[in-house]
Amino acid sequence: MEVLKIATAGSVDDGKSTLIGRLLYDTKSLTSDKIEAIERVSKKNGLDYLDFSLATDGLVAEREQGITIDVAHIYFSTPKKSYIIADTPGHIEYTRNMVTGASTSQTSIILIDARKGVIEQTYRHFFINNLLRVKEVIVAVNKMDLVNYSEEVFNNIVQDFEELRAKSDFKEQKLTFIPVSALWGENIAEKSSAMPWYDGQTILEHLENLKLEDFEEKSQARFSVQMVIRPKTDEFHDYRGYAGKISGGSLKVGDQVTVLPSLTTSTIKEIHFFNDFFEEAPAGSSVTIKLADDINVSRGDMLVKSYEVPKETKILNATVCWMDNRTLVPGTKYVLQHNTNGVLAKVDKVEGQIDTDFGTADDANALKLNDIGSVKLKLSKSIFVDSYQENRSNGRFILIDTQTNTTAGVGFIK
Amino acid sequence: MSSILNQNTLESEAIYIFREVVAQFENPVLLFSGGKDSITLVRLAQKAFYPARIPFPLMHIDTGHNFPETIEFRDRLVKDLGLDLIVRKVQDDIDNGISIEEKGKYSSRNSLQTNTLLNAIDEFKFDACIGGARRDEEKARAKERIFSIRNDFGEWDEKNQRPEVFDMLNGRIDIGQNVRVFPISNWTELDVWNYIDSEKIEIPSIYFAHDREIFERDGLIWTASEYVYKEDHETTETKRVRFRTVGDITCTAAVASNADTVQKIIQEIRDSAISERGARIDDKRSEAAMETRKQQGYF
Repeated sequence: MEVLKIATAGSVDDGKSTLIGRLLYDTKSLTSDKIEAIERVSKKNGLDYLDFSLATDGLVAEREQGITIDVAHIYFSTPKKSYIIADTPGHIEYTRNMVTGASTSQTSIILIDARKGVIEQTYRHFFINNLLRVKEVIVAVNKMDLVNYSEEVFNNIVQDFEELRAKSDFKEQKLTFIPVSALWGENIAEKSSAMPWYDGQTILEHLENLKLEDFEEKSQARFSVQMVIRPKTDEFHDYRGYAGKISGGSLKVGDQVTVLPSLTTSTIKEIHFFNDFFEEAPAGSSVTIKLADDINVSRGDMLVKSYEVPKETKILNATVCWMDNRTLVPGTKYVLQHNTNGVLAKVDKVEGQIDTDFGTADDANALKLNDIGSVKLKLSKSIFVDSYQENRSNGRFILIDTQTNTTAGVGFIK
Repeated sequence: MSSILNQNTLESEAIYIFREVVAQFENPVLLFSGGKDSITLVRLAQKAFYPARIPFPLMHIDTGHNFPETIEFRDRLVKDLGLDLIVRKVQDDIDNGISIEEKGKYSSRNSLQTNTLLNAIDEFKFDACIGGARRDEEKARAKERIFSIRNDFGEWDEKNQRPEVFDMLNGRIDIGQNVRVFPISNWTELDVWNYIDSEKIEIPSIYFAHDREIFERDGLIWTASEYVYKEDHETTETKRVRFRTVGDITCTAAVASNADTVQKIIQEIRDSAISERGARIDDKRSEAAMETRKQQGYF
């Protein structure tokens, strides 16, 4: 079955958890014991309706404070598709979680409170979706019940959002605006009778109609070697296969390939998965590849088609989203993890924090937790990269703090 | 030779994770309970490293309160695939005074597994423990990373987890820390069953409908066994049941079922109104039962 991954973003009290709970309830994905638990807790909290946000808030602290702290993954399915929602918190201080959630998703739902309209955090949510090149964005204008289901309120929000979009450089992104009331289940799975002026799809209808092939990246094939498989058994005595996941485009038996960084060339002799062999494997496949020649290939190396060799560089200019408490400042060193390859990187310059309002960058020379900025990095060894726009997997990296080992930031190569 | 590979997204993701574990860690282990999720992991590991053998051992934390069918199955699987199996017993820790047996009506060794697991990790210096937990099972598990860091005490710091962006897995840890790895994080119960079906994976017989001596308590079906505490007024009867999860016999309730094939089980789950862990007595202890256990190092 097709799997569609969705990230959700909204500010505090926009009703994001309620919307997700509603999607689960309306698709009959909540089981009776979960509905009973929601009834029990709703009643205990003195509510006379079912608080669907209880279906998602997982940690004790979240239930106490009624907020979402960490990315939660929620699963539901219809006869047509399986859905995975990365429910990400809207607090400004938790932006790193939003980037995390959106990074694995094909589509996003941005929530807006109809009473508040487009606010500063909406800019940020939209900006992150742009930065990550999320192709399909649903803007759900929630709490329409609290603005008398007003078409004018909705249209004003759409207009404000369109002004924001005009500043974005990612023109292929598709925006869909849907007026909803998550609390009362209006335009979530079922059409609202209170908003006859809206003739578009409900959120669920829209999701159901999205085609997965439209999300496939049509770029150049990149194959990062995860490990070398050498069984050393009698049966497979001289076997040497390269295990990894293909990204960007497909690879075929007979393709002439170049091994990076050594630049040696060979031909793909076999593509196999378990005990089966294939002529061709598309992007997204985890396979094992054998080459015609006995050359030196190890973890961190990359195989590409010989006429599609990416750019070699020791200097990277990237947009970096900072996720660590320790501020990013020039002069510090990090491990830069690019696919399966790790190199040392020194921060050469922080060239300003990007205004998530798509305005001009300021001249900040450091990035704090949750800041997004332009950074120039010098690398200890050259790597072979694409820009993130050209090739998602080969155009991104993470920065790992060498002292704490934490993932401190994520970068998008320009 | 087939022409174009058409791989299941979830399978591709799981295999990628397995390979990252072996590439990034020195001493991984697969935590094997004998349940369908860990059996699925074994199949995925086989595929990930083929034609090499699975490059890590399996470890079973044995509460001593097992379904005999599960143990028979475990031993056969290990023998057939030529795997290494480590067994560490909760009973040994009780005998040595490290763990204290719970008493009374709801007593179970489920929580005692944590001690035994942490001691075994220490004993073998495992730096990565691969497990079959899935995010759809329970709401604390929904917050898990694929690489989830544990400190020296096995504790999970749920509010301070590393961001996991795209498919990039950062397995760098300090000495003393270890990582729990969940390759089938994004699978649902139904995904696992569909995979068992399409791959024709063998699973222990207790997953299929069978006649069993049971008694009912708190609306759940308990197995009549020497290990399960039963009050005098609780009477047993024989019923057609199956198990949806396989854990310690004292905390795994059965469901009434006639599903005796994988296909019928899939249909039953589709129609089912009760969640998988709805029959887990250990989760019923409180709203935050799983989160509390996880913080303490439970798997």
